[in-house]
Amino acid sequence: MSELRRTVIPIGPYHPLQEEPEYFKLYVEGERVVDIDIEVGYLHRGVERLSEDKHYDQIAHLVERICGICSTSHPFAYINAVEDAAGFTSKLPGRVKLIRTIIAEMERVHSHFLWLGLAGHFLGYNTVWMWAWKYREPLLDMFELISGNRQHYSMFKVGGVRRDINKEDIPQLLKVLDEIQRANDMFKGAVMDDPVIQARTKKVCILTKENAEAYCVVGPTARASGVDIDVRRDDPYAAYDMLDWKVITQKEGDVFAKLVVRVLEVYESISIIKQALHKLDDFNDGIDMQVKEIPPGDGIGRHEAPRGEVIHFVRSDGTNRPVRHKIRAPSYVNIASNKIAVVGNTVSDAALALAAVDPCYCCTDRSIVIDVNTNKTIMTGKDLVRLSQEKTLELRKKLG
Amino acid sequence: MVEAFLSQDIEDQITNTLGTKVVEFIEKNPRRFYLTVKPVDLPECVKILVKELWLRMSTATAVDTRECIEILYHFSHDKSGKMFTLKVKLEDKSKPEIRSIATIFKGAEWIEREIAELFGVNFIGHPDMKRLLLSSDWPEGKYPLRRDSK
Amino acid sequence: MKITTKALTKSIWVYHCATSPCNNCDIEILDALTPRHDLERFGIQLVGSPRHADALLVTGVPTRKTAPRLKLVYEQTAKPCFVIAIGSCACGGNMFRHAYNFVKTVDEIIPVDAYVPGCPPKPEAMIMGVVKLLAKLKNGK
Repeated sequence: MSELRRTVIPIGPYHPLQEEPEYFKLYVEGERVVDIDIEVGYLHRGVERLSEDKHYDQIAHLVERICGICSTSHPFAYINAVEDAAGFTSKLPGRVKLIRTIIAEMERVHSHFLWLGLAGHFLGYNTVWMWAWKYREPLLDMFELISGNRQHYSMFKVGGVRRDINKEDIPQLLKVLDEIQRANDMFKGAVMDDPVIQARTKKVCILTKENAEAYCVVGPTARASGVDIDVRRDDPYAAYDMLDWKVITQKEGDVFAKLVVRVLEVYESISIIKQALHKLDDFNDGIDMQVKEIPPGDGIGRHEAPRGEVIHFVRSDGTNRPVRHKIRAPSYVNIASNKIAVVGNTVSDAALALAAVDPCYCCTDRSIVIDVNTNKTIMTGKDLVRLSQEKTLELRKKLG
Repeated sequence: MVEAFLSQDIEDQITNTLGTKVVEFIEKNPRRFYLTVKPVDLPECVKILVKELWLRMSTATAVDTRECIEILYHFSHDKSGKMFTLKVKLEDKSKPEIRSIATIFKGAEWIEREIAELFGVNFIGHPDMKRLLLSSDWPEGKYPLRRDSK
Repeated sequence: MKITTKALTKSIWVYHCATSPCNNCDIEILDALTPRHDLERFGIQLVGSPRHADALLVTGVPTRKTAPRLKLVYEQTAKPCFVIAIGSCACGGNMFRHAYNFVKTVDEIIPVDAYVPGCPPKPEAMIMGVVKLLAKLKNGK
């Protein structure tokens, strides 16, 4: 059924611009990718420059809109940076730490489910896509319950959070978490044990540990290659050192390893949220430190976003605006590693590899494929996805 | 002796290995350290941090201050969670330049391209210097994050 | 009302054009296709090429790299083609209006027929925007 609708099924919230420089230029010889050119900058809106004109409260609102999927990660790292510059990280109320942790982990679950849907789509399993996104909805409802908005929750402020989590809402939250855990069990069974998916993703587009370290990759992309880093454990902030959880790593560095890391991380996140919700009763020390000024100084703030380490640097001169605000999102380092991971693989695996590092959307579809022998563009991003889906179909027929 | 060295805290290992190259050492708090080095010593210091002490570069920040262009290279020591920032000051604002560290490890390529186009810093020896974020029709010589830019 | 416009009010094929969004509006557009809202039962479908589109959903803020492409995409559509600006960024630039990479607002590049503000607008708001546009068309422009 999906073949009939292939041409009108949405590829995603990105548009296949047929002409002009694209994000990923894949050079192929026959079936193999021999080189890849990466061009970024389509989403460059000059946020760092805008930051210098805004005061600290407004910037939290601004940086949320850097990326919609990890919309809480940027404010989290930014707030960590400001609090590091000002020197009151250790004085934060416990309730603030717990609420921040809960919001961040809920975002991780929603982001991983979103990615799972995308990966399913690229593999040709559109049902996985619909399911994954269907189970995101109760989570988004919970965000709306807590913060008033499904996306861009605006929960963070310097020295606190903007809204509290009401005691009456906690049972409903726990119920939704159970529902999501059951959904994740379903994905784990359906996706990870499927022989076709294993055949499509194992040993495909491997990023070795050495290359992962050379490119300084972060997040699940790094952990899938055996690089054991996680900011939540290494440089603890908020409530992560008050709760019991573990870091998930795999060794192989292929697309399957990245899938496994994300699916298992969802379980850890659900566990963290449940622990934090139960601990909320023990902390009634307020949700706002009422910070009136930021003393001069430099601050570095980090957060483990769903895609990896987000780092913000803030320099304050004592006024109500920062002198300098530097932002580095995790996809910045992860996308660059595609240069190594995609080369040498077939074109039909390319779409998977580009999606496996979980870049921000607008990246993956802006791709074209160039034949090195004729120097002509032979395919666009849509074709890449189609090729990937066709390969899955063939494998399914073969494996019966 | 190696064991004695390795059992030291990472900040002591770093100051002992970098020695006199560190012009100023600030411990802002137990997890944030700022080391000022001379621009000419930067590649050697980075090589030591990355290749011998296994730190990971998170990113680099350039700041246009009144006196100079400062570049801060942020390194993370993941085992302890501490961050070490190498600070260099490029005094000549009309022609800021420094040796590229992208030849030491690939992860530095993109951030140097970004700083070059937003601040006008020349990274000598960069393997693939070209625009990263700004469009190809953005005027040459106009650096959006410099203070004197409109 | 012209015959072509009248024919359009039955089933709209939309093409999604992102200039430089944070992707939240784009996710909400896709969300409108998922089982909970299921736009397809109204006959609204997302297509992969501007040449098949009856309506253009524009998100994001036009930057130097993407503004010319937006114009190109609009010129490729078969007229009449209605443009709906989704999200505060497409409506007026939102907080990126004073950025050095900002060029013009969407309605200064191509004519816009409907604005759906919000950051991001909920899928219900988007459906309402489309429905209001269809009603306006039915009653004659």
